[in-house]
Amino acid sequence: MKMKKIASKLALTAGACLLSMSLYAADTIKVGVLHSLSGTMAISETTLKDTVLMMIEEQNKKGGLLGKKLEPVVVDPASNWPLFAEKTRELLSQEKVDVIFGCWTSVSRKSVLPVIEELNGLLFYPVQYEGEESSKNVFYTGAAPNQQAIPAVDYLMDEMDVKRWVLAGTDYVYPRTTNKILEAYLRSKGVAEKDIMISYTPFGHSDWQGIVSNIKKFGNAGKKTAVVSTINGDANVPFYKELGNQGVSSENIPVVAFSVGEEELSGIDAKPLVGHLAAWNYFQSVENDANEAFIKQWKTFIKDDKRVTNDPMEATYIGFNMWVKAVEKAGSTDVNKVEQAMIGVSTPNLTGGVAVMNANHHLSKPVLIGEIQADGQLEVVWETDGLLAGDAWSNFLPSSKDIIANWKPPMTCGNYNTKTKKCAGQNY
Amino acid sequence: MRRLYLTLFNVMLLLISSHLFAANEPSLDGLTHQLTTAKLKQVPHIIEQLETQGGERMLPLFSAMLAGELYYRKDDSRLVHAKKMESGNFSLVDVITAETIGDVKKKTIKKVRVNNRLRTQLRSVISRLTLFSSDRDTREAAIKNMLNALNEGNIVLLSKAKADEEDQDLLVLIDTALSLNDLLNNAEIEVRLAALDDLSNSLEPIVKSSVEALLEKDDDGNFIESDVVLRNKAAVVAEKIEGKVGFYSFLEKLFFGLSLGSVLLLAATGLAITFGVMGVINMAHGELIMIGAYTTYVVQLLMPNAIEYSLLVAVPAAFLVAGFVGVLIERGVIRFLHGRPLETLLATFGISLILQQMVRSVFSPLNRQVETPQWMSGSLEFNAIFSITYNRLYILVFALLVFFALQLILKRTSLGLNVRAVSQNRNMAKAMGIRTEWVDAMTFGLGSGIAGIAGVALSQLTNVGPNLGQSYIIDSFMVVVFGGVGHLWGTLVAGFTLGITNKFLEPVTGAVLANIIVLVFIILFIQKRPRGLFPQKGRAAE
Repeated sequence: MKMKKIASKLALTAGACLLSMSLYAADTIKVGVLHSLSGTMAISETTLKDTVLMMIEEQNKKGGLLGKKLEPVVVDPASNWPLFAEKTRELLSQEKVDVIFGCWTSVSRKSVLPVIEELNGLLFYPVQYEGEESSKNVFYTGAAPNQQAIPAVDYLMDEMDVKRWVLAGTDYVYPRTTNKILEAYLRSKGVAEKDIMISYTPFGHSDWQGIVSNIKKFGNAGKKTAVVSTINGDANVPFYKELGNQGVSSENIPVVAFSVGEEELSGIDAKPLVGHLAAWNYFQSVENDANEAFIKQWKTFIKDDKRVTNDPMEATYIGFNMWVKAVEKAGSTDVNKVEQAMIGVSTPNLTGGVAVMNANHHLSKPVLIGEIQADGQLEVVWETDGLLAGDAWSNFLPSSKDIIANWKPPMTCGNYNTKTKKCAGQNY
Repeated sequence: MRRLYLTLFNVMLLLISSHLFAANEPSLDGLTHQLTTAKLKQVPHIIEQLETQGGERMLPLFSAMLAGELYYRKDDSRLVHAKKMESGNFSLVDVITAETIGDVKKKTIKKVRVNNRLRTQLRSVISRLTLFSSDRDTREAAIKNMLNALNEGNIVLLSKAKADEEDQDLLVLIDTALSLNDLLNNAEIEVRLAALDDLSNSLEPIVKSSVEALLEKDDDGNFIESDVVLRNKAAVVAEKIEGKVGFYSFLEKLFFGLSLGSVLLLAATGLAITFGVMGVINMAHGELIMIGAYTTYVVQLLMPNAIEYSLLVAVPAAFLVAGFVGVLIERGVIRFLHGRPLETLLATFGISLILQQMVRSVFSPLNRQVETPQWMSGSLEFNAIFSITYNRLYILVFALLVFFALQLILKRTSLGLNVRAVSQNRNMAKAMGIRTEWVDAMTFGLGSGIAGIAGVALSQLTNVGPNLGQSYIIDSFMVVVFGGVGHLWGTLVAGFTLGITNKFLEPVTGAVLANIIVLVFIILFIQKRPRGLFPQKGRAAE
């Protein structure tokens, strides 16, 4: 049944592609989609590929862009980081796409970066990340650390009186950088070194007994303890299961996660997780018309009523709409013109506010803290009053606290040092 | 009897108090109505008022709220305890009157929001209301909750409860709480010293941290606790507790090690047959484990009403499915590559990729949800700091069962005899009339089937997704090679050795480094003894 569905979908897409190619071959705007459709990251990235396709379909229904139809060019970098660079080159030099939506992990983005700058392409990156970057050719529509990690810690500190902190993460660039920022932030707030425990685990770690037992012991020292988790998607399931089994409830030791959303929760029995937290800029459970329409559109497009929406999908949605606006504003798809037109563009987000693209290529977003519910949805328990502008270079790291990014002339620089008044050599 | 009087007394008190307050505070009805409209920040205050005014009558409301099952009807704001049924509808019971209202659609009701702060508050409210409950476990939960949140009101209640309590364990708990209160809040030094004496046998984490807090210094370097005698005594007690904690944490680590070892053993046992006995380097072994895990998922899909028994069905089903796939692989590919290890390695690696992508297309790349039966959740508590999780315990037992069953098959059945004959000398076995082809297929099927069974167990511990197998293939090879190829007992010893080593290293070095150290250790070991822990001897080794 499922196979059939997939096969027919494939046939349809292929057919649509052929048709569009023959009809509009000369006069289309090409949109590159660079998300892994196989390998480890397929679990997260296929959803984003489908989101982009859905947005393109809708835009074409509205009559396309600048009088031309949009044409998706989907490639599969197969969760293979060097392949991301090759596929980018293919998209830009052979397919001559006007814009690329893609990447999930920071490693893949770092791999794409040199190519996209060399060939002057345009990439929309829709995932929350560790910051410390701002490229002329990339727009970051996910959260920077100050739009996710720092508010979450603030929430725990102010609302839940947390005094002891466990920073647990998977061992790679995003958790390491985020934890470095968080540690510096906590220390600046007067948290003693002995009240911070940092623990890293390998990708796909599945035996959490020892670590959970350590967390439990750490949390039994008489002060309120919380876990800030940058544990990568897959390893979360056994982690939460172990927490449940060892009787660590969200009331004793709440876990706030930055990589666990609706999509990840849909694969597990969420009952033992109730009350643990996640910090994002969007939750499916947020009630408003735009979001309802988006969820409905997604379920119809994907032909599955059980599918959920999540934060990176919203980031893709915002990025796509912004790009459309910027192209209309610039009257062309030329990268340099669109890049300048993007700055200051605003479109409605799905949580009832407006997203604004800032001069440092990061978005202004609201921050939401949600508690996990038994049905795998997240319910908002706290949110920022207004929008928070994304900070490309963290103010809490000594190496980057003097650095800012501003792509508007006269500065036009991704890493301008305000002390030495110099733009560092590289472009990002 | 006495309990009844107390309850009556409480109710009367509450009635009077609610009567007194009625003039300037909103009525119960008004309060419950407020619950449906209030912002999260105002709810704690409402709950306080509900407790003082409603008392035990509000218990169902509090419990439903704690469980996240308190809803209200959108049309008349009536508070209901809503339980989701299989049909997706909700069955409603009025929380105040306990009247059954019937089934409704999700759309007609709305949930009363709860967050962690409220849950904590609710739990302490409930513990106050259930301290005199007739159910022992309820009382235990109430006392434990109070122990961790000592205040004057709780102490009064606990002292009252002590007079009534007959259960020995609970009496000890109550005494611990009272002593702890004496230690922290009593003015007289003799009482505090005596309390310290009483506490020296307790393992409750709060006791340990409170006693240790007596030894702490403030920012200026002066002791926070001024009494030297008490401090010295506290140091002795803290040391005593620490010693016990150390002992139990050793036991805990040992169990963690055994448990990791049992997972390694399960994953490696199948490989010990295909690689160890047959000599086939099967890179698709991990994917056979994955197939077993997916079989569990499908079995649960087929019997959604009997999740408790699903694993019992899944074990034989996974054995058959994975075994069948194994036989297909053997007949379809491996038999043509006999004696060419490099080609076998590449071919089976290809098969593993095909199987992974096949699962991605059939079941989607997303992880699938395998439910844990009730009897496998939770943990077996020995004392306040040492408990063993049931799922790990069962898997440890299961791994050993599988292992010994396999030993029996190899040692006591004719298939086992044939397998051993073929693996020792293929040509001679052939000459004796053994259908080596058939034996090959069956052996490979047996190894694959056991991999499938391992998948059932792993589905309870980790993600069921297309990448499940990859994470275990390296570990499996490591265990088999370390234990000695072709030696089942070696696999057992190797699995547990690696598991225990890993778990004892982990707290010291961190999880990442622990893995690396174990790997380096194995490499060095293999350098020294290329045939592993238990090398095969005699002609069979040639």
